[in-house]
Amino acid sequence: MRFYHRMASPPHFYALTEKLMPWISVIFLLMTGYGLYLGLFVAPPDYQQGESYRIIYIHVPAAWMSLFIYVVMAVCGGIALIWRMKLAEVVLISSAPIGASFTFIALVTGSLWGKPMWGTWWVWDARLTSELILLFLYLGVISLYGAIEDRKTAARAVSILAIVGVVNIPIIHYSVEWWNTLHQGPTISLTELDKPSIHVSMLIPLMLMATSFKFLYVMAMFQSARVEIIRREQNSQWVKKMLEERA
Amino acid sequence: MSLNQAFLAIIRRDLILAFRRRSEIANPIFFFILVVTLFPLGVGAQPKLLQAMAPGVIWVSALLAAMLSLDSLFRSDFDDGSLEQMLLSSHPVAVLVLAKIFAHWLVTGLPLMMVAPLLGLFLGLPEQALATLVMTLLLGTPVLSLIGAIGVALTVGLRRGGMILSLLVLPLYIPVLIFASNAVDMAATGMPVSAQLNILASIFFLSLVLAPIPTASALKMSIN
Repeated sequence: MRFYHRMASPPHFYALTEKLMPWISVIFLLMTGYGLYLGLFVAPPDYQQGESYRIIYIHVPAAWMSLFIYVVMAVCGGIALIWRMKLAEVVLISSAPIGASFTFIALVTGSLWGKPMWGTWWVWDARLTSELILLFLYLGVISLYGAIEDRKTAARAVSILAIVGVVNIPIIHYSVEWWNTLHQGPTISLTELDKPSIHVSMLIPLMLMATSFKFLYVMAMFQSARVEIIRREQNSQWVKKMLEERA
Repeated sequence: MSLNQAFLAIIRRDLILAFRRRSEIANPIFFFILVVTLFPLGVGAQPKLLQAMAPGVIWVSALLAAMLSLDSLFRSDFDDGSLEQMLLSSHPVAVLVLAKIFAHWLVTGLPLMMVAPLLGLFLGLPEQALATLVMTLLLGTPVLSLIGAIGVALTVGLRRGGMILSLLVLPLYIPVLIFASNAVDMAATGMPVSAQLNILASIFFLSLVLAPIPTASALKMSIN
């Protein structure tokens, strides 16, 4: 319990993230560098798709993140509504633009991948369309937060919206399995982890990139959460004291 | 006053208010008919094309009409303060909200349902698909009202909530649109549609049970 209370206090979070930031950045850079090296130079070309499959190392991790971040936001929304934890609100708000960016990256890279493979930039199939809807859900959260002036009310509103919107996540996740569409089926599934439809030499860089994207998210989220905290607590003692010390 | 009485009283009151302002009931229907009319003008009047597009056209127009009529759900109650009184009452807000949504559906969703077969006929939809069209609207339009209520409750306190409301609500409408227009499409070609109708029914029951809860908490947040 003590740990939770300490984690939830903005000054503690601010100090902790400041300490963690260099480590996270270094891990992110190393993993991305190594993952991209393995993915772009070491992994063999695909027997069907040739070299152009290599965009998978950006596309798939970004698509995973787009779903993951929305779930994080919904969980934060729940915590913010039930326990009135301010930090959860801050994490929710700071995650929304990052999640929207990952969704956008997934859509753009998917479109770039689709041109050589399917011969078209865009098809209205289930996975693509539901990912586009996810982008609109993110934009809805961002614009609702922007539209309400009172920050407390705005945070509660987006918490409710994030929880309601989470019904779309299973639809996106299973769209490839439910509807037989142009988008290829999942490469890696949790129920068949022991026999993925991808060779180990391609799987390792993919996993590296997926993990490094998680670190990228944490890094970006911490950064904007810190700004949001300072903005919210600008009149409190600890912020004034800290600013004086640094001046 | 028991909960049942309160529920019925709200429906009665909302219906009376709606019939005092008849033009507000008529407007969504006119809008619906007008949007459907725009399609033959826009894409050309080839009967084959219109027939193929009919399920989608009717459903998209119904979606837009339902969305535009949402604003009247809580607006006047919010402005004159009766919404606040409702939230202060001893009854669970989610149930009272359900009464308001039901009354709203009676004056907006039900008329859409009755006009739709006629429009389907005009667009050349085969007669065997008309029953399915009405069925999907019967299951689908309440869902539009239920989900839309969440969006309205979130934005009712805003001065210019209209554009944001559509951004919040339309993405959540998409599953209904997909299954409903697909069912009508299938029925037009004589295929069985029980799967789509079952999914629509389950979406309806899920949103009937779940949607009033976030609506109630969003209203509390908007009143504040």
